[in-house]
Amino acid sequence: MLETAYVIETPEGVRLELSPAGLVVRCLAWGIDLLIRMAVYVVVAMGLSLTGNMGDGLFLLVLFLLEWFYPVIFEVYREGQTPGKRAMAIKVLQDNGIPVGWTTSLIRNLLRTVDFLPVMYGFGIVSMLLSRDFRRLGDLAAGTLVVYVEPTRQSIHLPRVQPHPPPVVLPLPEQRAVLNFAERAPRLSEARAEELANLIQPLTQSEGRSSITRLYQIANWLQGRR
Amino acid sequence: MTQQEFIARYETQWKEFERVINVLTVARRQRRTSGADLCEFPRSYRQLCQQLALARDRDYAAYIIDRLNNLVLRGHQYLYESRAGIWFNILQGVVYRFPRQVRHDIRLFWLAALLMFGPAVGVSVVILKQPDVVYAVLQPVMVDQFEEMYAPNRQRFGVEADNASDGKFLMFGYYIRNNIGVGFRTFAGGLLVGIGAAALLIFNGVFFGAVATHLMVQGSGSAFWSFVIGHGAFELTAIVLAGMAGLKLGFSLISPGRMTRYRALSEAARDSMQIVYGMVAMLVLAAFVEAFWSSSTSVSFTTKYVVGACLWAVVALYFLLLGRDRGH
Repeated sequence: MLETAYVIETPEGVRLELSPAGLVVRCLAWGIDLLIRMAVYVVVAMGLSLTGNMGDGLFLLVLFLLEWFYPVIFEVYREGQTPGKRAMAIKVLQDNGIPVGWTTSLIRNLLRTVDFLPVMYGFGIVSMLLSRDFRRLGDLAAGTLVVYVEPTRQSIHLPRVQPHPPPVVLPLPEQRAVLNFAERAPRLSEARAEELANLIQPLTQSEGRSSITRLYQIANWLQGRR
Repeated sequence: MTQQEFIARYETQWKEFERVINVLTVARRQRRTSGADLCEFPRSYRQLCQQLALARDRDYAAYIIDRLNNLVLRGHQYLYESRAGIWFNILQGVVYRFPRQVRHDIRLFWLAALLMFGPAVGVSVVILKQPDVVYAVLQPVMVDQFEEMYAPNRQRFGVEADNASDGKFLMFGYYIRNNIGVGFRTFAGGLLVGIGAAALLIFNGVFFGAVATHLMVQGSGSAFWSFVIGHGAFELTAIVLAGMAGLKLGFSLISPGRMTRYRALSEAARDSMQIVYGMVAMLVLAAFVEAFWSSSTSVSFTTKYVVGACLWAVVALYFLLLGRDRGH
């Protein structure tokens, strides 16, 4: 089974889990940031075109800052989230879970130059695909990670039925499997849902439709409803 | 203890911890301290860690573990985030870390200098013997541009033609963007096992050598050298430093010593950032000097040479003397 959770062991000896963000999400966030930067560029260019040489000098400075420091400012002062990353609900952290500082953020962003080679982030994409935690070259050098911002999951939507405990204590991955099934089964075809539910007949001790219902009951119980 | 009893016993603690961590993070962002909450924080954080470990071990429901995981993550970030003041860091960097780091890797500095000035001298020698070689290195259009920039009858040397002050500011912006960009790219190129950095150093060296020699052959030598010597102390040194930082990255990959390549690269990147910070500061200074001083024609060549020599001395003394304690 593909497990992409990134585990940190803290100095207190407890395990923290983060989920690294994959290639597509990061590309989308970058795309949004690119559009924002272009919009700022156009606005500033229009504003400063009216002011002659002084304005041109200022324009070049603004361009310089936009090119190199746009991600850095946001990563340092906005909890690791540029506007694009905020839109996609991902953020940058150091690989020990701590937010990034100036030096770390600069390392990862200055090395974008290399990630961009040979064309359109070629090296960066290859690095993200080969690395276990979807890190590009800048991330590897700076020791950072792009992770999903964990939403405080309140309750997932399960079909409401009378809760019923499972016949044995289930370990955590199996609990998650039952909860996932209960969450998604209403969207599957009836035949498919039955086929899946029949796979764990020893747990539900029934077949077919009643097996599905029993799984819903166990899921509700695991959720904490009593 | 069943899961239900676990939740019942500790629910209030978790809510309290969430309240405290919210207050503390807001207070830190606003640079206030909040004494009472802060005193309780270490103990309640340790208890929370214990509860998370317990919940994981006993396979409690996913939603409890996720909730505790989030609380512990926030506490972990608050506890271990370093927040030294930025001005103090800058001062430390200027007075202490930058010169020490350069002295520490002085061999890389000389290697970078060789990679830049070696080809420059080489190309110079070739052009002195065979002046047409300059057209192999630079495009004819560029050669003409450079000849024009330093022609004896110009009002201002260098790129900008007229004497207006806002033109100087335009050049300042141009130099900042161009030179610091080159510096950053040279540094980043070092990640390709040092090859990118070396290539950019060689390229810049050849370019510089070709332009300088060609202008000397044409007779605009004094105009050119007096232009360059002012800001050259900062700018040429800074480009060599950028190459040095890039080579440091490259060598950490080639010979990581006793560490894994990943660790070696991370440490080299951290250390070489001190050099990059210094490089940026020097290039900003260079841009000032280049935009507002170097190109003026109202100052005699001799004065420019003297000032330039003084600036070189300042740079040399800075790296030789600053940040030393007991012979470091």
